[in-house]
Amino acid sequence: MMWMNLARAQSLMPAEGTQIATQVNNLYVFLLVASLIASAIIIGGMIFFVWKYRRKTANDKTPYMSHNTTLEFLWSFIPLVIFLGVFAWGWYIYHNMRAMPKDALEIHIVGKQWAWETQYKSGVKASNLIVAPINTDVKLIMTSTDVIHSFFVPSFRIKQDVVPGRYTALWFRANKLGEYHIFCTEFCGTQHSGMIGTLRVVSQQEYEAWLEEESKVGLLPLAQRGEKIFQVKACASCHSTADAAVKVGPPLFKAFGKTHEMANGEKVAMDENYIRESIMSPNAKVVKGFPQNVMPAFQGQLSETELSALVEYIKGLQ
Amino acid sequence: MANHDSNLNYINEFKGIKSWLFSLDHKRIGILYMISVMFFFLLGGIAALGIRLELFSVGPTLMTADTYNQFMTYHGAIMVFMVIVPGIPAILGNFFLPLHIGAKDVAFPRLNLLSWYMLMLGAAMAIATLFIHRLDTGWTFYTPYSIKTSGSTALMVVAVFIMGMSSVLTGLNFIATVHKLRCEGMTMYRIPLFVWALYSTAILQVLATPVLAITLLLLAMERILGVGIFDPALGGDPVLFQHFFWFYSHPAVYIMILPAMGVVSELITTFSRKTIFGYTAIAYSSLGIAAVSFFVWGHHMYVSGQSETAGIVFSFLTMLVGVPTAIKMFNWVSTLYRGSISFQSPMLFALGFLFLFMIGGVTGIMLATLAIDVHFHDTYFVVAHFHYVMVGGTLMALMGGFYYWIPKMFGKMYNEGLARLTFVLIFIGFNVTFFPQFILGAMGMPRRYFDYIPAYESLNRISTVGSWLIGAGFLISLYVIIDCLVRGKKAPENPWGSKTLEWTVASPPPHHNFHHDPVVSAGPYEYR
Repeated sequence: MMWMNLARAQSLMPAEGTQIATQVNNLYVFLLVASLIASAIIIGGMIFFVWKYRRKTANDKTPYMSHNTTLEFLWSFIPLVIFLGVFAWGWYIYHNMRAMPKDALEIHIVGKQWAWETQYKSGVKASNLIVAPINTDVKLIMTSTDVIHSFFVPSFRIKQDVVPGRYTALWFRANKLGEYHIFCTEFCGTQHSGMIGTLRVVSQQEYEAWLEEESKVGLLPLAQRGEKIFQVKACASCHSTADAAVKVGPPLFKAFGKTHEMANGEKVAMDENYIRESIMSPNAKVVKGFPQNVMPAFQGQLSETELSALVEYIKGLQ
Repeated sequence: MANHDSNLNYINEFKGIKSWLFSLDHKRIGILYMISVMFFFLLGGIAALGIRLELFSVGPTLMTADTYNQFMTYHGAIMVFMVIVPGIPAILGNFFLPLHIGAKDVAFPRLNLLSWYMLMLGAAMAIATLFIHRLDTGWTFYTPYSIKTSGSTALMVVAVFIMGMSSVLTGLNFIATVHKLRCEGMTMYRIPLFVWALYSTAILQVLATPVLAITLLLLAMERILGVGIFDPALGGDPVLFQHFFWFYSHPAVYIMILPAMGVVSELITTFSRKTIFGYTAIAYSSLGIAAVSFFVWGHHMYVSGQSETAGIVFSFLTMLVGVPTAIKMFNWVSTLYRGSISFQSPMLFALGFLFLFMIGGVTGIMLATLAIDVHFHDTYFVVAHFHYVMVGGTLMALMGGFYYWIPKMFGKMYNEGLARLTFVLIFIGFNVTFFPQFILGAMGMPRRYFDYIPAYESLNRISTVGSWLIGAGFLISLYVIIDCLVRGKKAPENPWGSKTLEWTVASPPPHHNFHHDPVVSAGPYEYR
């Protein structure tokens, strides 16, 4: 099957990270080759006829050929058989994608504008990051807090819409260590193209070590804990912390203690209470030049300790 | 009798702007559509060039993400609802359907004029949203995003509703015309294939568009009154919207491509000077595509969360659409066999259509295949595929049709050399723009992306350069048309040696089309 390997090298699909991805590639390569052959027949035939039967004199006579039942039956029936074969092959792999394995490691994913939140059963949370052990069935149970997103890992050839108000699921069994992109493929607004996460496939030991370390976040100093929450809640996708670069929301770097002009012209000094209010009900005072109704409200989603941790972290961005 | 004066035709018999704006003549209404659709195409084209320019480099360059999303939305909405859907049926169909079947006009001339006004009203409302709250939902208006966004969703969907009604009325008119106004001897098996294609399209327009209308009204109600139909926060189901939307919008894909297939059938037989191979098969395959197209909408939703069984059924039915499509391809190529083929610009566009539609077709089979589509869904592979079908297919046919029928429409010949140049530019530019997008999609680049990872940059650059070639091609086409109107030489009755009825009357045709009711005694392609 040398041609198949050659064709695969040319197929330009991202590196395969699962067995399913390999199955998908095989079918894709078959379809590519079949398409090339079909095009060679039809387009080749067209070019050949167009050249051979080009007009030679102004009064060329052409034969009157209205139809040919045998030919027409053949070129209906043969494509039908091929199409149905392709359909069955695609169905087989699709079934493998959809049949959820029993006893899989379950991870909850929440899509929101514009980040992926990961929640492990142990309570560990991460944002735009999934850490998963190699050669293990992993099932993602997904929902959205706002609009429809779609969870896509190109290297695994898997994709599933993430719909508010219900759970959808996806599974994979990674067979190669490494980091893979997670894209959002359902248009979800301003930062749709920035909703990129990382799926990190590690060994079982590394996975356990990572979980262990993440679970100690509660014991950290307040500001460091705030930094973690800042990342987990994906605040960084809209607010820059290391410089004054303007993303979707106002930069927080060296912002504490300064006076800022609001959309209604009011001048407000950024103190602990302003940070608190902006997290709990973000539309109360929006800084001039930034859009309303973009930041989600975190009212009821953060504990007092978490809130204090965030305030301490933002204060320290000097 | 004024009508028999050989210098009088539909253009010069009546004068003044009112004689155009209130004309009931199907030919004049066709020209009104032509002017308006060309204007919309310019708007949609500018948006397309803007999109490609932003994507030339990684990172924000020209515009903000929100502006980009608006460009993307207006490009799609304008091109679909205001250019490709009305394009061939309303311009070329209006003008040539009655001429093709030996009729004096369409069945309901007043309704025909009303359709144009409804398109204008809808278009004006759609364009008005540009100045109120620009929309950023994409042309698909997926809920719940379209309910939550700050854009003028309600106004836009009401605009599309009205344009949809325009489409329904045109379809109704065409069905009645084909059934009731054929001249003596013009049996259903003697009508040109373009008419068969328009007829199949009309059935789709009449049956499918009302579903879109209902869906959009529900969306507008939800948006304005807060009735919970699609928004889960109100107890609705966002995926229901997708089912409703694609129940129209998949047949709509065939509303867009079937007329193009009709045009190509006319071009290939004329420029091969040979009767079409498999007339019945081509005619019935149009009807077959129209029928099956109602049952394939779920192939847009393999990863939406619909059941595995639904996915399987929709994949199977979608494969069936491939068969009548393949039949048409084989028939067209067979028509070339032993023909006398000339390479005037309309034929170049028809051959270009075959080439691009072949690529659009095989990639369509890939996308219909369940496991493959899971990877390609909502990536640039899909973007490339539907541009190969809608632009490579429909627009190529529209351009070929224009060059074919301009001598009849305006009684003047255009500059053939420049017309061929536009083909070369558009054809090469098209492939340079969209072929790299297949590869980008296979690599995993999602669609509707304002920004992308650096690995995708070089192919995006190639694609953007291609868009400039296409832009140049269409600008020169505009010049060719203006130049033809201003300086074109007088066209003879039948410059291409075609056999259909429109070529038996003067160029441009007289107001009542035929001085004497034609009587037909043979099929439309009697080249012997």
